[in-house]
Amino acid sequence: MILYGTELTSRLFLGTAQYPSPAILQEAIRASGCAVATVSLRREGAQGSGAAFRALMQETGVRILPNTAGCHSVREAVTTAHMAREVFQTRWIKLEVIGHADTLQPDVFGLVEAARILSADGFQVFPYTTEDLVVGERLLAAGCEVLMPWGAPIGSGRGVVNPEGLRAMRAHFPEVPLVVDAGIGRPSDAAVAMEMGMDAVLVNTAVARAGAPVAMARAMAQAVEAGRMGHGADPMDRRDMAVPSTPVLGLAELI
Amino acid sequence: MITIAGAGLAGLACAYELLERGQPVTVYERAEGIGSASASRYAGGMLAPWCERESAEAPVVTLGSRAFDWWARITPVHRRGTLVVAPRRDRTELRRFARRTTAYREVDAADIARLEPELQGRFDSGLFFDREAHLDPRRALRDLAACVTERGGVIRLGTPAPERVDLDCTGMAAPLPDLRAVRGEMAVLRSPDVRIRRTLRLLHPRTPLYLVPRGAGIYMLGATMVESDHDGPPTLRALMELLGAAFALSPALAEAEVVEIGAGLRPAFPDNLPRLDQRDGTLFLNGLYRHGFLLAPAMAAAAADQIMEMRHGNPREFRTA
Repeated sequence: MILYGTELTSRLFLGTAQYPSPAILQEAIRASGCAVATVSLRREGAQGSGAAFRALMQETGVRILPNTAGCHSVREAVTTAHMAREVFQTRWIKLEVIGHADTLQPDVFGLVEAARILSADGFQVFPYTTEDLVVGERLLAAGCEVLMPWGAPIGSGRGVVNPEGLRAMRAHFPEVPLVVDAGIGRPSDAAVAMEMGMDAVLVNTAVARAGAPVAMARAMAQAVEAGRMGHGADPMDRRDMAVPSTPVLGLAELI
Repeated sequence: MITIAGAGLAGLACAYELLERGQPVTVYERAEGIGSASASRYAGGMLAPWCERESAEAPVVTLGSRAFDWWARITPVHRRGTLVVAPRRDRTELRRFARRTTAYREVDAADIARLEPELQGRFDSGLFFDREAHLDPRRALRDLAACVTERGGVIRLGTPAPERVDLDCTGMAAPLPDLRAVRGEMAVLRSPDVRIRRTLRLLHPRTPLYLVPRGAGIYMLGATMVESDHDGPPTLRALMELLGAAFALSPALAEAEVVEIGAGLRPAFPDNLPRLDQRDGTLFLNGLYRHGFLLAPAMAAAAADQIMEMRHGNPREFRTA
């Protein structure tokens, strides 16, 4: 999978918040083989002050995708993105502009505006958005080459709550990498998203707050791989009636 | 004579344990006062190994269980348990907390009202960890320093440690490469009208909160966890979240006076567990993270044993887990 010209070896992205310890986070990253880890600058406090945590992330060799988690306005998100570019030395930014403090729904209007500003400034933007097609089009027009539609609200673990919406997105944007962000609660949720032809999934809470985060990270990685492989293997269509899977020839005919 | 750098929680606990083993000690402290530059100044002072197990590994319980009696010899320990509650909408957090922990009983609205009348009618389920306790961290540190002095230990305040010491307990100032700071922000409230007798924990997916009574209407409210070595004052966001959560716990706290706000840095290793390191003839005790009062007794005993062994070839058995 190629995102903004960078080839990635895994279709699983891991978030790095809420783990019991950085050591467990490192182990989860290694066990899952994920290629990208998102890091919140907000959680790290003032600029540059979380160097120790960053160093621990960089030890794993994972590619860092800084995010603007917790930003509620365009200006805040743009400022945070600039700080992130400086601190992490990357043009990648996962753009979050939160519109609703309680549900953490993205403010899609602010999102499009921030994406336009940041793209024009040389950023490679990964926008956290809804499954709305028009918003998706606006984000692409703003310069985004990747879309990150939600599966369900952040941290809710509800899986893909609007599969038809994501399916429509896949159909409308066949060439655009789609990364399902937020809402994945279990490995089966990740597999469902991948079977639908999504390009990758981002998981944080479901791994970080599992009883055994490392095992869950591995399970997510396997689910992502299984889902992707299943998608590529042209799954059968669903039917209403049973169809015998063994040949019926030669069965006794009772008179 | 054993020399110790740092008269914070770790340094004083080690001094105490060494004196117990008949070793004279001198503790050097850069700051002018006991605890004035210590991370424990901003601690909650909870002895809550079973609650902490929610996010910490097993040694927190195995090492932490000896803290109760240890501290009770030194300072008042209030064994009134911990009450864990969650708003109705976050009840899944309570179920998750229960799955990860032991040594609690489930309580309903009536039990909660009986335990803490202040919370009557606010929560319909919770967990009660009746064996847990709390202490006043600043008083505990002063009492510990007094114990050390009474037993003949020497504490040199306002005095930097010599180049080489036997034991380094300097927290974030220690030259250990994998040590990092986890910033915590807190507030102290005064509300003579609110009567809460035991530690309360309010579960919330983003901003969990604890409230520890200090007596005389004083309550400590904590604490954020930020991967940062910035030790400036608390941010507005952090305070807003802490104070907002306190209001959710009991609206009566709205009238409380905010008598102090503060931020401290917790020294932590990557696994968030404390460790003894021997480097160039100095033993380092560090990484107590958010479990200082809980784990200092066990770690100090281990450090003292190791120093006795180094000094006298007098091995004593100690297992960390």
